[in-house]
Amino acid sequence: MANLEVDLVAADRSVWTGEARMVSAPAADGEIGILPGHSPVLTVLRPGTVRITPVEGGSTHVVRIDSGFMSVDSDHVTVVVDTAEDAAPGSNGR
Amino acid sequence: MAGQQRVYRQRIRSTQSLKKIFRAMELIAASRIGKARARVTAASPYARALTRAVSAVATHASVEHPLTTERPDVKRVAVLLMTSDRGMAGAYSASVIREGERLIQQLTEEGREVVLYVTGRRAVSYYSFRNRPLAGQWTGASDAPAAETAEEIADTLLSAFLAEEADGGVGELHVVYTQFVNMVTQTPRVVRMLPLEVVEGVAEPGDEPLPLYEFEPSPEEVLDALLPRYIQSRIYSFMLQAAASELAARQRAMHTATENAEELIRTFTRLANQARQAEITQEISEIVSGADALASK
Repeated sequence: MANLEVDLVAADRSVWTGEARMVSAPAADGEIGILPGHSPVLTVLRPGTVRITPVEGGSTHVVRIDSGFMSVDSDHVTVVVDTAEDAAPGSNGR
Repeated sequence: MAGQQRVYRQRIRSTQSLKKIFRAMELIAASRIGKARARVTAASPYARALTRAVSAVATHASVEHPLTTERPDVKRVAVLLMTSDRGMAGAYSASVIREGERLIQQLTEEGREVVLYVTGRRAVSYYSFRNRPLAGQWTGASDAPAAETAEEIADTLLSAFLAEEADGGVGELHVVYTQFVNMVTQTPRVVRMLPLEVVEGVAEPGDEPLPLYEFEPSPEEVLDALLPRYIQSRIYSFMLQAAASELAARQRAMHTATENAEELIRTFTRLANQARQAEITQEISEIVSGADALASK
């Protein structure tokens, strides 16, 4: 199965780049989960946590964000946020 | 005679200590410029992602947004000038201010009223000396701008743009900054930021066509979230470029100053040697003529 290419960028740096199996993010209408093959979507994000499950196993990457947006197109996920802060892996960050 | 020599020695000494200062400032600028350029690179993925998203929305939804609408009824326009906090950077701040003044003159001739916003102490002192009011000023970090400052600037200017004319609203926003082309070339540039022109050509040519996005929750709301961020990211990237330009200009100016100081030291050393030689010659001729006068008795 194809994987997702994920870019998580903040205003002044690139936070996380790599391949992932799944990304979940706090969209405006509720939590949204992205798996490979998702239809193109451009969504506004609320403050919350973005969870990225990397391909090479390991723990889920949890990043606390304030507002931003996310675009998904042909398995390329770009999460753009104003500020991002690594939360402890494993915790739900809230 | 001896006085002349002392004067030269003194000037050599003072030029030498100046040269040390110039050299130090050159090295400081050189070491910071790498960091400034790294910051420009670090911020570019964000800008690219935003640009792509904005053009995606613009191509798929013809949404009217206050930020993209012309406001011909408003006479007032805002100009944002980006200069440095400190001098010692050659013509860096002067050329930004000159470019800004030209823009202001042009706008005034068109019957517009200019509201000035500036960053950097050089512009603040330039305008406060001439008693010209500033609507907003940000100083203190011109060579290492923070994303928070850019956010503050963007918020101020956006609220000015969205305000009613009676409340001091502005109809346009122009930004004057220095574009960092490379280490040798930095050019002052004028950009009209607002109202935004989201045009074709925003996406790089050769890109595959943008997919048909679904917008969550709606195109309007996505645009609402995107555009202010887009402005902010543009302003931030202008500030970062201006910072890199400032440091490059400073490095070059200080390099030239160091060379000039060396040149001066060489000239003064030569003059001092000449003066010493002249003094010796005179002393010898005084002694010889004295001895001659005694011998011929």
